[in-house]
Amino acid sequence: MGRKGRIRFATVWLGGCSGCHMSFLDLDERLVELAGLADMVYGPFMDAKEFPRKVDVTLVEGAVTNRANLAMALMLRERSRIVVSLGDCAVTGNVTSLRNQFPVADVLATFLSCGEGSVPAMDYDAVPELLPRALPLHQVIAVDGFLPGCPPEPERIWTAIGCLLRGEPVELGPEQLTFG
Amino acid sequence: MTKTITIDPVTRVEGHATITIRLDDAGSVADARLHVTEFRGFEAFCAGRSIWEMPGITARICGICPISHSIASARAGDAILGVDIPPAAAQLRRIANLASLIQSHALSFFHLCAADLLLGMDHDPARRSLWGLLESRPDVARNGIRLRQIGQQIVSLLAGERVHPSWAVPGGVREPLDAERRRKVAELLPEGVAIIRSSFELIDEIYGRHGAEVGTYGDFPSLFAGLAGEDGGLEHYDGMLRFTDSSGAVVEEIPPDHYDLAIGERSEPWSYMKFPFYRNHAGREGGGMFRVGPLARLNLCERAGTPEADRELQTFRQLRGAGGVVTGSFHYHHARLIEILHALERIGEILDDPAILDRHIRSEAGINRLHGVGFCEAPRGTLFHDYEVDDDGLIRRLNLLIATGQNNLAMNRTILQVAKLYIKGGKVNEGILNRIEHGIRAYDPCLSCATHVYGRMPFQMLLLAPNGTVVDEIAS
Ligand code: SF4
Repeated sequence: MGRKGRIRFATVWLGGCSGCHMSFLDLDERLVELAGLADMVYGPFMDAKEFPRKVDVTLVEGAVTNRANLAMALMLRERSRIVVSLGDCAVTGNVTSLRNQFPVADVLATFLSCGEGSVPAMDYDAVPELLPRALPLHQVIAVDGFLPGCPPEPERIWTAIGCLLRGEPVELGPEQLTFG
Repeated sequence: MTKTITIDPVTRVEGHATITIRLDDAGSVADARLHVTEFRGFEAFCAGRSIWEMPGITARICGICPISHSIASARAGDAILGVDIPPAAAQLRRIANLASLIQSHALSFFHLCAADLLLGMDHDPARRSLWGLLESRPDVARNGIRLRQIGQQIVSLLAGERVHPSWAVPGGVREPLDAERRRKVAELLPEGVAIIRSSFELIDEIYGRHGAEVGTYGDFPSLFAGLAGEDGGLEHYDGMLRFTDSSGAVVEEIPPDHYDLAIGERSEPWSYMKFPFYRNHAGREGGGMFRVGPLARLNLCERAGTPEADRELQTFRQLRGAGGVVTGSFHYHHARLIEILHALERIGEILDDPAILDRHIRSEAGINRLHGVGFCEAPRGTLFHDYEVDDDGLIRRLNLLIATGQNNLAMNRTILQVAKLYIKGGKVNEGILNRIEHGIRAYDPCLSCATHVYGRMPFQMLLLAPNGTVVDEIAS
């Protein structure tokens, strides 16, 4: 999709629970309004396989936890004008980074004790390797804005999107700048 | 020469996955695999956490079914406290779980799948989405948005928030229901029922449009597993864990907290999702494959137990093969609508009981047992949280048996079935690949929930520049 002169809008899901995307969907009928204002060009609810070029605004959920996330983060940065960390996992690492208190090998070794049969080594041609630590997005790419919350409530997302679509700086009140 | 086709990523599913299809020399499909590519490691990092924190932490496994996780977790806590929770608390959890099912099923049907089902598998990929649906079938899209909203509003009226409320706790729930909020919940139900009634008309349109395909989407015999009420009725919170076969016969019925006697798990190096199997049939064709979720629940129950859903269930049962149950996974979509209807009716019934306003909603106790299993029917199937704790209630070991994982064998078999039918002589196009992906979407998998891994990670170090480019990389 893409009509001239309209904002090109994308959302990306990295290492998170999708709760931030659910909160985005909790915009409910405002989704219809959003679709009237911007072209949705990429996101988990769409079929584009590759992150498109020349995106105006990209909201990113989740921490960077494996190589596929890392490659995606680098690509979306290169191709987006404004990148916003959506939710605590992207902003701080949050729950996704709870694994960082253990060496990654130990995190995986926990699973050696459950299940049956022999334990195969993972095939990294088939699945992406975990990074040694799950990282907040801004440790991997430059980020233009942060929208905290686990998840950020729909009002917060709507306020931010409204500012971005109008090309204004995002102003959130103190009550909209909380974690959790 | 053999060739591999990769679909990367699988889109319009909840989570991260790829599909590979291996072709033989003649260009025919030799194998197809679903690779779940994400892993977050909850089973490792929850060690040492207190049972009081677990509903809040494990809800973050999944933003689509956080209520089911928090309820299964709180119930594992109930078992560890050794308490019977107050009846009003159990009924409130039931309502929240059903409301969560309404929003999750609406998401699957309208937001993720309706574009395939109503616009067509070969529709322009740029418009094959909720946004495309808003342009060409705005009424359907708006109904889907509203139905999902109704489920979310009920969750938030009970629990205070839509996503990740801190409400279900070991021993009960944190907040009782008052008359005002009960009225608000009850007022939402008729509109939900009206939307779902009109959505059954879409089912006829869908069967008309996809008649030729219905039988190719995971239509094979398998076991079905899920909770069944004491009277054999459709159940999402309590009851027995029942396994039935494709003839509809009950193969086994056990208390759900003994799930691990019936279900084993193994893994493969090519997916971060486990492969659960029914132990007694491990050596048979299918390797102990069973299916869970809406299709399984409707197949294994004797009745829905609410009037309108029972009528729809009768219609649904006409889809079954000779003498058996409904075996095609395409019918998961239809089953989801029936379950939404049932959930709306059932919530209404529960609200009618004045006891729902009881202010006694939490049983207080200390750690009385060192092991507890919590369970419920999550939207996608039976969910188990299995905790071992120390005397202080800190987790020593946990196992999460996730609904989506239990469909892993069936999902792999389904994409193989679809791929074999459509890929001939090595020829593929976008529409065919989308059909194969739809084989996964029918199960509405939640892949963030389902990941788990075995194996040792090699040592690896990445040196990143401030702008994120990889400057150097050291790996063993
Ligand atoms: S911030 Fe919270 S809601 Fe968002 S992805 Fe992370 S855990 Fe889920």
